[in-house]
Amino acid sequence: MKNKRRYINVEHLLSFICFALIIGLWCVLSFGGMVSELFLPSPVAVAKRIVELYKDGSLWANCFESTARVVVGWFWSVVVALPCGMLMANSRKFSAFIQPIIEFARYLPVVALVPLTLLYLGIDETQKYTIIFLGTFFQLVLMVCDTVSGVDANLINAAKTLGAGKWQVYKEVIFPAALPGLMDDFRLTIGWAWTYLVVAEMVAAQNGLGYMILRSQRYLATDTIFAGLILIGLIGLITDFLFRLLTRIVAPWHERLTDK
Amino acid sequence: MEQYRLQAIDLTKVYEDGKKGLVTAIDRVNLEVKDGEFVMIVGPSGCGKTTLINILGGLNTATSGEVLLDGKPVQGPGADRGMVFQGYSLFPWLTVQKNVEFGLKMKKMPKAQRAEQAKKFIDLVGLTGFENALPKQLSGGMKQRVAIARTLANEPEILLMDEPFGALDAQTRVVMQELLADISKKTKTTILFITHDIDEAVLLGDRIYVMSRRPGTIREVLDVNIPGVRSHESLVLPEFLATKKKIMDMLWQESMDAAMDQ
Repeated sequence: MKNKRRYINVEHLLSFICFALIIGLWCVLSFGGMVSELFLPSPVAVAKRIVELYKDGSLWANCFESTARVVVGWFWSVVVALPCGMLMANSRKFSAFIQPIIEFARYLPVVALVPLTLLYLGIDETQKYTIIFLGTFFQLVLMVCDTVSGVDANLINAAKTLGAGKWQVYKEVIFPAALPGLMDDFRLTIGWAWTYLVVAEMVAAQNGLGYMILRSQRYLATDTIFAGLILIGLIGLITDFLFRLLTRIVAPWHERLTDK
Repeated sequence: MEQYRLQAIDLTKVYEDGKKGLVTAIDRVNLEVKDGEFVMIVGPSGCGKTTLINILGGLNTATSGEVLLDGKPVQGPGADRGMVFQGYSLFPWLTVQKNVEFGLKMKKMPKAQRAEQAKKFIDLVGLTGFENALPKQLSGGMKQRVAIARTLANEPEILLMDEPFGALDAQTRVVMQELLADISKKTKTTILFITHDIDEAVLLGDRIYVMSRRPGTIREVLDVNIPGVRSHESLVLPEFLATKKKIMDMLWQESMDAAMDQ
């Protein structure tokens, strides 16, 4: 136990060192005058900018708008992809029916779909949810299918010989067995959702972090661009942390190599 | 005609192997298990033992032939034929108690009743005190005890066991064999048990089917008459050794023939 404690601290220290190195390099480049302030604002300037954004209220407003869009778009993607992927993994016919179109759609760049979504849906929130949905859904279905296919067939067989019916096998065996893997899939896709959010907000939005970054480019406000990037990164870190925590809560039985 | 608990009639399984073409795994296998009997199937590796038990359990389908349970044909898996596998197949997210309750929950037995039933069988396999442990906290022998309790709690017509102690170390295996002999006596459960271990077959079985090499057929049926309670001490009785010798000779002949085939 004592050993384990110390091991975790070493890991934390290493993560911290990595961030410190990058910020250190940033300081050298900007305070050393190697890169012009216009292209690379100093860490202090960016920190000041973040404080200003916090004071005028736009920090919370933009973070909230963006996070809400990501969560809604991603949520719908999960709601549709989960049953689709589970069905694909367990029914050859359904898989044969739907897999080709999903593989096809997966390769369409979402950016190329933006004009159509604007044409069909206008510039309101639905258009942004749709972009995020399109960006994540086709990947997520295949990931869910893969995770569910990976459930140990012996567990399914054991359940059947214990009298479980088809629906019971889904609910009592396949879903709980796949849950840790599914949580990983969800965690990864919510990360991609942020990518597509910025795509959506750069095209037609009046608020949000993506919009803030785009508008800053027009005014050469690189400090605001950096502030936006850092905020997105921080929200990403927090999301990741929450997902890992949640995985530990919903599947405490799950063993990972890194836990040992 | 005598009514058997389980009967296999002319079971044949042919499957297609990409490279080898059609492969016959088992060929016209006939066997019977009487009510309350402990029947062993012993055979060389790769003789189709697992294919056979999976067909009996409904996890695999026969190309031809029939499986009768209490005289009625059965298809697909069901709670009437409980199975215990070599790899335990415990649900890692459920505690020992919940694992044992699993089949009862599938039957929609009320909560209190299923907790009571599970307790009874956890006690039978000697795991009282471990009800709230997760499978990952248990040793191999303990995991297999849970798997046995889980299947027995379901009160199947017959217990099908596929090399259940194959992954255990020698000492644990003997302990588990004695436990199973004891459980079979106490509960009068009908058991069909597959193994490649001759000692295990002779120690536990009332009757032994010896299978040939692939394609698997029934080569011979032997009755085992060992006096007294079956335990590790039976392993040195003259009756035990005589039966063991007979089977060893048969399987030796099979491996010689197999070598000649190649």
